[in-house]
Amino acid sequence: MHSKKPFYILVALLFIAGIATSVFRGVEHKVPFLPGKQVQSWAVDAKVSFQGTGGPAEVSFSLPNDPAFEVLVENASSPGYGLTISQDKQGRRALWSVRSAKGLQNLYYKVTLIPTGTTEVIASGVPATPQIYIWPATEKEAAEQIIDKVWAKSATNITFAQQLNKALNASDRSQNVELLLSNNTPIQLFLHMLHNKGVPAKEVSGLFLEDQRRRQQLTSFVEVYNDGKWVLFNPADGTQGRSDDVLLWDRSGTSTLDVTGGVNSQVNFSMLQDTRSALATSLDLMRNQGALDFSLYQLPLEEQSLFKGILLIPVGVLMVVFLRVIVGLKTSGTFMPVLIALAFIQTTLLTGLIGFILIVACGLMIRSYLSQLNLLLISRISAVIIVVIGIIGVFTLLSYKFGLSEGLTITFFPMIILAWTIERMSILWEEEGPKEVVIQGGGSLFVATLAYLAMSASWAQHWVFNFLGIHLVILALVLLMGQYTGYRLFELRRFKPLAGE
Amino acid sequence: MRFEFAWPSALHKSGVLGMNKRNIDYIGRYNPRKFYKRVDDKLTTKQLALANNIAVPSLIGVVREQHEIETIPAMVNDKDGFVIKPSKGSGGKGILVITKVEAGRYYKPNGQEVNHSEIYRHVSNVLSGLFSLGGAPDVAIVEGLIQFDPVFDGYSYEGVPDIRLIVYKGFPVMGMLRLSTAASDGKANLHQGAVGVGVDIGTGKGLHAVQFDRPIELHPDTNKKLIDIQVPQWDFLLNTASKAYEMTEMGYLGTDMVLDKIKGPLLLELNARPGLAIQIANGRGILPYLNHVDSLGNHNMTVGERVEYAKKHFSYSAKL
Repeated sequence: MHSKKPFYILVALLFIAGIATSVFRGVEHKVPFLPGKQVQSWAVDAKVSFQGTGGPAEVSFSLPNDPAFEVLVENASSPGYGLTISQDKQGRRALWSVRSAKGLQNLYYKVTLIPTGTTEVIASGVPATPQIYIWPATEKEAAEQIIDKVWAKSATNITFAQQLNKALNASDRSQNVELLLSNNTPIQLFLHMLHNKGVPAKEVSGLFLEDQRRRQQLTSFVEVYNDGKWVLFNPADGTQGRSDDVLLWDRSGTSTLDVTGGVNSQVNFSMLQDTRSALATSLDLMRNQGALDFSLYQLPLEEQSLFKGILLIPVGVLMVVFLRVIVGLKTSGTFMPVLIALAFIQTTLLTGLIGFILIVACGLMIRSYLSQLNLLLISRISAVIIVVIGIIGVFTLLSYKFGLSEGLTITFFPMIILAWTIERMSILWEEEGPKEVVIQGGGSLFVATLAYLAMSASWAQHWVFNFLGIHLVILALVLLMGQYTGYRLFELRRFKPLAGE
Repeated sequence: MRFEFAWPSALHKSGVLGMNKRNIDYIGRYNPRKFYKRVDDKLTTKQLALANNIAVPSLIGVVREQHEIETIPAMVNDKDGFVIKPSKGSGGKGILVITKVEAGRYYKPNGQEVNHSEIYRHVSNVLSGLFSLGGAPDVAIVEGLIQFDPVFDGYSYEGVPDIRLIVYKGFPVMGMLRLSTAASDGKANLHQGAVGVGVDIGTGKGLHAVQFDRPIELHPDTNKKLIDIQVPQWDFLLNTASKAYEMTEMGYLGTDMVLDKIKGPLLLELNARPGLAIQIANGRGILPYLNHVDSLGNHNMTVGERVEYAKKHFSYSAKL
């Protein structure tokens, strides 16, 4: 007897690989683990407008660059303009250009965004120490007093920024602060004070997302560098960190909109919240990232739906293996119940059961006539197949005439399977009597029903198609059950008299 | 009906062999696939048995082609009765027993007449493979009727009682007598309602009886006390069964034999996948016996020595 070790290693590998690829699918590609999950998405429209002066015009507009949101779809509409979307170290920018622009020009940029759940902004590198800001003589003393006071109360860059933010927004602000705020915006003041102590910080602009809002403007924030991350501050109201409804639009630290060859440029935003299927969303994202290569999602829809059916078979097979090896139920024909269950998926359970019993009952009656003709087995089966087709045709027509649309699905039953079932049942009837026919036929339908319930569960349908790794797990389970030498559930009853007292 | 389940540990303690373990640890391991034909094909079994001097029911003829079906009446016209069976059948399926042939008319054991066209159709079905495993084309065997020994009178109803022995690596380890009943329609298959009587390997005496997997004491049709039964020519039966090991080279084998009143014990068929009901008929599990045989390791015992060893160690009274 050879060692079982390689076998168990194989099973363990299949199991781990199956689980790992499924988890990878779920975590990395964000394929939802549960079917029917919905995600929120934001559609944001930016409208850039300016007055053309008649000459060539160039519009450079920064595009959203925020780890908290992933771009699902983006497009720009700008008739007559050339458009380039460029990516540089500062971020992505759209560059519109035209030879001649006169009068009011409107350029549109439209983007659909999906929240990613990561709100931390990781810095791509250590930023350079900022240049020290030179205060005007009138502000110098006031500023230095505040900075020194706050500096003394802080330990790190981030606590310095926190204290500073607090001081600028305190309800009883000092004379010094009031003086400085009368000459500077809070953003400017905050930045200057940070730069004064060599703390890297920059102005960024963000958008407060709110459903069905129009003509919104960007809001300025300040990002302060700390320990490899950029922390967001809003010096205007003294808050720190970001809420879920803030979309960072421009993190370049430079201007959001540059227009040459135009005046009175401005940008307006409107937005709309939407819910969409999490699965469709993750597929769109994978398509954007080119992760769809060599996957079932690439197939034409017709083949995809075919595979959705085929990939359910392992679930049914697993069910049959379980019922036979662990429970000990008998089925007539090893995998006939799986095929019947596949038909049930098309017909729905009740219609399927009624249809199956009707066809088999009619078939048995006709088969009993055929048995008197002393035909060869091959021709008899063939005759049964043809008769089954006839029965299905008659039932379909009848149900159409009576307006029972459910009856039309009867055509989904595999005819060869039906013919063999009728033949086997007929022999069984002759040899063992009708009771055995009911027992065995009922047993097969029972197993088929259980297989159907397993295969029609929406989570099963979701998993077998979207997490192909699950098939490795099923394979591992089937292999394991193939090695199961313990008692079957029904044997515990059958051998009860042997269990001793 | 009450459903009562035993704890797996209790069954394990009693040495009960389950279906999965039988399939994997015994059939899968000790019955090589390439030898299955010797067992599954009754015609091959018959020829092998004759070559090994094991008595079998007489062969009247073999029908291999559809057109040969016409020759059956000529084959059997001087016989009292005959049996038609598929060579590759299993579980007693497709066996047609004619106990009386009278002026070209055939009668089943229950007296019902079988006409020519029914026989024709039955044989045609056999040839098409309706009863064979996997539906493979088959041949029909026409055998002489067994004149069963009157020693079992009153124990069997309308059918031939047969003796099933489980032979493990050449040792007969467990035995059972299968008696047909009205419920089983003259058939000796336990799942159809035949009575199984566990038989002591040492002596051939009845130990314990069951029908439909539940213990009984009296035959349901004749009311005879079942454990009083004593199988005659027991040593001869053990020897025949044990010989089947050399003949088939199968490690885990079920042998079915019948007692003919003239010819003595006859080997009816062999089974590479014998059922587990024999444990219920014997009222104990088979595993301790199988393990005992395994513990002997490689031995060089002859058929006679194996039978003696089995009688000594595997009888009901012996301690394992």
